[in-house]
Amino acid sequence: MPILQLKGLGKDFGQLVAVNRIDLTVEEGEIRGLIGPNGSGKTTLFNLITGFITPSRGTVYFQGEDITDLPPHAVARKGLVRTFQITALFKEMTVLENVVMAGHLHTRIGLVRQFWPNARARRREAAVLEKAMELLEFMGIAQKSQEIAGELSHGHQCALGIANALAAEPRMILLDEPVGGMNPVETAQTMERIKMVRDRGITVLLVEHDMKAVMSTCDRITCVNFGNKIAEGTPQEVCACQEVNEAYLGGTIDVCSL
Amino acid sequence: MTRFRRAVIFVVAHRRRVGWLAALGLFLVILPFLVRDYQVDVLIMLLINIIIVVSFRLITTTGRWSLAHIPMVGCGAYATALLTGGLGFPFWLSLPLSGLAAGAAALLMSYPLARTKGFAFFVASFAAGDALRLCWTRFKVPFGGHKGLTNVPVPSFFGAGDFAQAIPYYFLALAVTVLCLLVMWRLDRSRLGRTWKILDMNEDLAKSLGINATFYKILAFVLGSAFAGVAGVLLAHRLWAVVPAQFGFGATLYLLVWVVFGGTRTFQGPIIGVAALTLLREILKPLFEWVPLIFGTIIILTLIFLPEGLESLPRRLRPWLSKERLSLLETESEPTGYETVRQPGR
Repeated sequence: MPILQLKGLGKDFGQLVAVNRIDLTVEEGEIRGLIGPNGSGKTTLFNLITGFITPSRGTVYFQGEDITDLPPHAVARKGLVRTFQITALFKEMTVLENVVMAGHLHTRIGLVRQFWPNARARRREAAVLEKAMELLEFMGIAQKSQEIAGELSHGHQCALGIANALAAEPRMILLDEPVGGMNPVETAQTMERIKMVRDRGITVLLVEHDMKAVMSTCDRITCVNFGNKIAEGTPQEVCACQEVNEAYLGGTIDVCSL
Repeated sequence: MTRFRRAVIFVVAHRRRVGWLAALGLFLVILPFLVRDYQVDVLIMLLINIIIVVSFRLITTTGRWSLAHIPMVGCGAYATALLTGGLGFPFWLSLPLSGLAAGAAALLMSYPLARTKGFAFFVASFAAGDALRLCWTRFKVPFGGHKGLTNVPVPSFFGAGDFAQAIPYYFLALAVTVLCLLVMWRLDRSRLGRTWKILDMNEDLAKSLGINATFYKILAFVLGSAFAGVAGVLLAHRLWAVVPAQFGFGATLYLLVWVVFGGTRTFQGPIIGVAALTLLREILKPLFEWVPLIFGTIIILTLIFLPEGLESLPRRLRPWLSKERLSLLETESEPTGYETVRQPGR
């Protein structure tokens, strides 16, 4: 049952074709990897899917629904949440406040009650707090809950970014370089957590450059270059693919060996 | 837990701050009797300006600086002039209605302003506000043209009290100001206020989490402008007149100076700014022609050494202040309720 379908999706910036015509189908419950050299259009693809940029052509279907023209907050409401490469945090708030605010979608306290809470509003706020602590424990940063997000180490900031995305209770998340800049231990821990996210019933599409992490975690991988899809399949199939090797390394070294 | 019990616990937990606020309240009540006659009017203007700066800061929490704010004050002033002077509405009815009128004007402006950000919003809001002011100047009917409206009546509450006098009017303005500040403070501390702040911190992230950024930014703009309108009502009923020249760029400039001088990060920053500068101007009055020079110099010096405004002074003095006094001044350590959440392993 495909949860995300891209049909002929493309974006031009003037003369530059950032994304050409991409067809992509992600099955529910998959962990899909999206790889490609820098500048190949991966982040643009994320922006197109989640409504931050309007496509020049093509359509995006999420759970069978056409979400192509929806603004970002509406896409999130449908259950599709993305993270950002660098700034996925509210820097000046504490870690706990970050996740509490990220749960905005599902807090369900009306505007008036936010100003003048009744018992039910207070209960809901307490429930959000509980859920936030649970997510922090899941991501392994619960002990940092009172620290200011901007002062965390890079690895913890990435973990918080994922916790924020999970707070929105998505059906599918798009992770933009979730282990960027992490050491091997942190990388392995994060990839384990991503598998646990999938086991919770959330489909994952991730962009990553760390080949080892991608190969060991993803069920299937799609490779793009210059805005075109150049390979798709299981990790073994993709890394053996000639075009992929040429795109990344000029064809001299086998991607599989990374 | 009953509301009453919760309130008592709140007061006891914050007893030091409540004590200071009570002292401040007492001071504000006896103040008009301690100063000279004309200075009561200075105090009234200070109260009006406090509403203006705090409502301005409310809008800035979403990251947008509205140069239409002073025209919104004018909107409230003109609305009350038309309602009370023209249509005979009583003051207590005109006060909220004029605030709503200013909010409605802001809502109308929001459509063209919605897509603008940062500096573009700065300029666009200025243009929109000035367009409004030019409307008042241009149209003799109903706005009275550049001479304005002079039929604003003295507020009356069924004959009780003479609000043409300075001291009674001071207490009226004080009551309105305290009410407005309470509401705005509550808004700031609520989830709504925090949503505004995260829109300033990282709007893209907020949008990706399902927050309709445009809606919340417009809401802040409309609410802030509505309170500005209320300030305008107080202004109109003190001067018994409304003139478009009051709401020009000069006033906006003062607003910006107050706000930058005091800081916008905390709720009380702008209040400290406008109060300090008003006090400064009063102290310097005997110096006549030296006033602009000294005034300007002090502002420049303050912004060199305290670029984040006066409100950052406690933070800056931290190495020299004892811990005890710090907890009184510094409100970043205000308990948010999240500290009581269970820590892992306990």
